[in-house]
This record gives sequence, structure tokens and C-alpha cells, in this order.
Amino acid sequence: MSAPADMGAHSGADSASSFARLARGTMARSLGLVLLGGVVLFLASEALDSYNDLQLASGAYYFVALAGLTVLTGLSGQISLGHGALMAVGAYTVALLVGNEQWALVPALAAAVVVSSLVGIAVGAAASRLRGPYLAGATLAFAIGLPALAEEYPGTFGGANGLVIEPPTPPSWLGASFPLERWEAWIAGAGALVVVFLMSNLAHSGVGRSFRAVRDDEIAASLCGLHVGRVQTLAFVVSAACAGLGGGLLAVVLQLAAPGAFELGLSLALLTAIVLGGLGSLLGAIWGAAVLVLLPGWTNDLAHSFSLSTKVSANLPLAIYGFVLIVGILIWPTGIQGALRRIMGLVRRSPQGGSRELDKHSTSGSGGAST
Amino acid sequence: MTRFIDLTLNGISTGAVYAAVALALVLIWRATRIVNFAQGGMLMVTTFIASSVIGSSGSYWLGFVVALASGLVLGALVELTLIRRVEGGPPLNAVIVALGLLILLEAGAGMIWGNTPKSFPPAFSIRGYEVGGTRLLFSPNDTFTVLVVIAVAAGLAALFRYTALGLKMRAAALAPEVARMLGVRVGRMFTLGWALAAFVGSLAGLLVAPSVFVGPNQFDPILVFGFTAAVLGGLDSPPGAVVGGLILGLVLSYVSGYEGSSLVTLAALVVLVAVLMIRPGGLFSTSKERRV
Repeated sequence: MSAPADMGAHSGADSASSFARLARGTMARSLGLVLLGGVVLFLASEALDSYNDLQLASGAYYFVALAGLTVLTGLSGQISLGHGALMAVGAYTVALLVGNEQWALVPALAAAVVVSSLVGIAVGAAASRLRGPYLAGATLAFAIGLPALAEEYPGTFGGANGLVIEPPTPPSWLGASFPLERWEAWIAGAGALVVVFLMSNLAHSGVGRSFRAVRDDEIAASLCGLHVGRVQTLAFVVSAACAGLGGGLLAVVLQLAAPGAFELGLSLALLTAIVLGGLGSLLGAIWGAAVLVLLPGWTNDLAHSFSLSTKVSANLPLAIYGFVLIVGILIWPTGIQGALRRIMGLVRRSPQGGSRELDKHSTSGSGGAST
Repeated sequence: MTRFIDLTLNGISTGAVYAAVALALVLIWRATRIVNFAQGGMLMVTTFIASSVIGSSGSYWLGFVVALASGLVLGALVELTLIRRVEGGPPLNAVIVALGLLILLEAGAGMIWGNTPKSFPPAFSIRGYEVGGTRLLFSPNDTFTVLVVIAVAAGLAALFRYTALGLKMRAAALAPEVARMLGVRVGRMFTLGWALAAFVGSLAGLLVAPSVFVGPNQFDPILVFGFTAAVLGGLDSPPGAVVGGLILGLVLSYVSGYEGSSLVTLAALVVLVAVLMIRPGGLFSTSKERRV
């Protein structure tokens, strides 16, 4: 179950024929994953009440953004503290097109992907010159700088209040009583499934391999004829496209695109979620999305189940979040997915397949290279 | 013209604070190759401690000294208990632990001191100097801020350049194995680096608190701009941190004065990207080649 979505697993396809077989296998496996995911999502959305359907929808749009970030950081070894801002690009695109121009949902989401990809080209081209903490600093500045535009041009972007869009209407054949939240969960879930299919294929394709080659050794990769800067920019564009789609879905689910939702905290939460979930794997992105969606609710309930002073109960959820981050990383250095894989005994200690190995390499670009 | 002078002076005093935070980040980066995102939380806690001491004792300088001392202790404690476990591992894991610590410290401070920001007394008068009948936007307290940051930067430079301890710290950071063979207690040097950094950070907190107030989240922008300044100057270079801080302080002051404060973060982005596109390792980067 975990193996197909593991984007780090290398496949020794040397001859052309075995490569073709592998490509077909990958495609079939991705389709299988999507079908399975679709069935699970459908059953879950039917079983859950509307509050939990909304959480499912939130999990789905977070997953979309996280899948992009884990491609960037896990596969190509670049760090980004600015993905919250790329989500904002997608969200505002959808809000402007659906709200002002009355576009249909799917073309608006596609436009969000295009626009955020274009921004991703610019950011990625700049990012490909930077390493480790300098890249972190530049993307951090991007994360805090971009939302300021919304307040600078209130006429277009609605200032601090943001842009409100109409809720999506479930089609009539689903019945008049079909809950809106379930429809939103379906929309966001469909987006997530598209991303699963594309990213899972990408990771096993030549492009994914070139990402990993650049991550592991830039000089060796360029000796093999790869244009390192171009590969890194492409990784950034792919990841920005996912972030844009995630942001667009967020705008649809929340029916709002406002600067408050895309502050630095979101970018940092995305980064912590992929590392805590398990870097470089789509399953890790699922765990990360689950943490982002479920943890605040649980900790809030916990904080209010004791009779504590408001000072303490107001801050307890945050304290637990910080504590979980620290302890989680200390006891599972390879994230939840890495820990699960070890528990299930699925780690083969081959020089290429070990999850620990993958993690070490995947992060070497975010600090080691600049020393 | 007065406005320009005012904005310049204001830029220098805020730049000095960014420089201090940047210095703290550079110290830790040099010692352990970790970007300490918890710095903002650590200096927030020490400033709260100062606020409590000043409140109960009535003496500003007692609070000042206690805050600096608690900075030293907190820095060493954080390195020994948390950072030691992620040093030498994947750099991202250290980043996440630092972020977790930042969140934990902010939540803890909220539990103890509440989330409403409180005022904090300045060391000296904040009434601007009067020159030829016009009052400048530069006060004795700003003078103190700038002088203290210059003194700390000079002190650190002297420590690293002229003392045996500074040499050991540099050796531990640059070549841990060789240093260990030559009898340097490398782990202790790392702890000392963190303690010194937290000391400088707590100083920055004390200097900036009168203008931003003390609260769990009040120092977040200071951390962001301090990090930007450190990256601008080059994370390996203490002089770079000071220059980066001053450049950023001046640019942000002009932008907020002439164009409006909403563009400040965007200006920081533009400056940083412009500099990094020309010098990807910051203004004061030394080594050109990258290790394989």
C-alpha cells in the first residue's frame, strides 16, 4: 500500500523494454491509486456529517498544496517558506474569475494553476540561483511580501477583507437536500485525486529522476547533461502549480480569499506538515494534511475539556502543536511515513531504497550545499 | 530635508535592532549551521522576564541585566536539550524543531503573561533631540540603541579575532573533527555559541521592546527582518549582519516614510531578491566555490 506512492523508490530500469513496461506499470498503478482514493473519499464523504465533510475538504486542499511542496523539497531538494503566498495566488485567481467574471469552477481552477505556474517560473528562476538558508530567506520574504499587494490594491483584491465568492451549487441530479459541504469535499477531493495521479506519475518518470539527480549531486547531474537551473525551476513550477490549485480549492471551500488566510504562518505550517508527515512521499503529504486539519480541533477540545483559566486554555492548543512538532521530529526523524514504514518492516536497506537515506539526501540541498 | 534626515536617523536605529537579531542568527549559523527560527521566541521570553523584574523591583537596569543573563542561560539550555539532538542531521529537521520551539515559547508566554501586549520602559528619554528649533526623530534612547549594538558587534569581532576562546569557537565550527583532535571541547563551543547568540538576541529584545511593546507575537516581524538582514549580509559574516541590518533599516524607513507602511514587506522582498541575484551568498559572502 505504501510502496506505490513512495516517490523515493528507485526502479532499476536499464533497458528500454523494461522501461516501457515500468512506465505502463506506473501508469496503471497511479490509476489504481486514484480509483482506490476515489472510492475511499466517496464512502468517507457519505458517512461523515457536514462538519467533518468540511474538514475532509480542507484536508484535500491542504494535501494538494503539500503534494507540490513535497515534490519540491523531497524530490528536488529545494526549500520553500513561501508556498502560502503561492496558494494565495491561486485563491485570488479563482475568487476574481468566479466572483467578478462569472467563470465556471473548473476553468477558474485551471486558470489558478496557470497563473500560479507563471509566478512559479519567476520565483523558481530566482530560486535556482540560491541554496539552503538563502533560498529560505528569499522565499520567506516572498511569503510576507506578496500578501501586502492585496492591501495595496484594495480596489482589485478587496483589501484586508478579501474577496467573497458564491458557494458552489451541487448539481440538481444529486437531489435538493444534498449537503453543500459534501459537494465541496467532492470538488476538493477530485482536485486531490488529479494531483495524486499526476505527481505519482511524475515521480516515477524521467523528470522525477532528473529532480532526484539534481538533489543528490548537482555536479554529477550536470555532467549527465542535465541543466541544473532549468530542472530546479521546473520543480518549482510543478510545485507552484499544485500550490495554486490548493489555494484555488481553498477559496472554493471557504468561499473567501483574504490576506489573513495566507500569512507567514500558513507557509510555515505547510513546511512543518511535509517534514512531520514524511518528506518526499505522497502518503507523507496525506499524514501532513491530516495533522494540519485534525490537530487544531483535537487540541481545542482538549483545552476546553479541563477547567483552565482563559490565559492557559487559549494558548494550550498552540503549545501542544509546538510540542508535537518538537517531539515528533525528535522521535521520528523521517516523519510519520518513515516511522510507519519502519514499523511495517517495509524498509529494504538497499543503497537506494532506504527511507532514512532518502531523507538525508533530500534535505542536503537546504543547508549542506552552501557550507 | 528634515523629513529625509528624520527617516535616515529612524532607519539607523531600527536597522541597529535588525543588525542585533541578525548577529544572533549569524552566531548560531556559524556555530551549528542551523537557522534559529526560535530566536524571536527566545528574545520575547527574556524581554518578558525583564518586564516582570522591572515591574516588581522598579529598577530598569536590574531588569536589563537579568534579561541578558537569562538569555545566556536560555541559549545554552536550548542547545543542550533540543538542538544537540538534531545537530548534524537533516537541516530541515533542525528548522522544524526551532519552529516548534518558537510556537511553544509563544504559547507558554501567553499562558504566563497573557496575550495582550504590554508597554515596556525605554532606557533613556524617547523625546527627540532639538536642533535649531526642530525636534528630530532621534532620541537619547536611539543613541543608546545604536551605541550598544556597535559595542556588541565590536566585542564579538574582537572575541573571534583576538582571543583563544574565539579561535576555538571558529575551529569548532569550521572543522569539528580536527578541532576535537586538538583538544577543543567542540560540544561546549556549540553551547557557548548558542548562549552568546541568545545574549545578543535578548539585547535586541530589550532595545526594541519600548517601540513594539511586549507580547507573545510582538517580536515576529523583528525576527523576519533580522533573518532578512542576515541573509542580505551573508549568514557567515558578522560584519555582513550589521551592514545588512542597517541597509534594511534604512530602506524600510524610506519606503514606509515616503510610500506608506503597507509596502514595507514588499520592499524587503525587492531588496533581498535584488541583492541575492547579484550575490547569491549575500553581500559579504567569502567562499565562491561550493563543496561537492
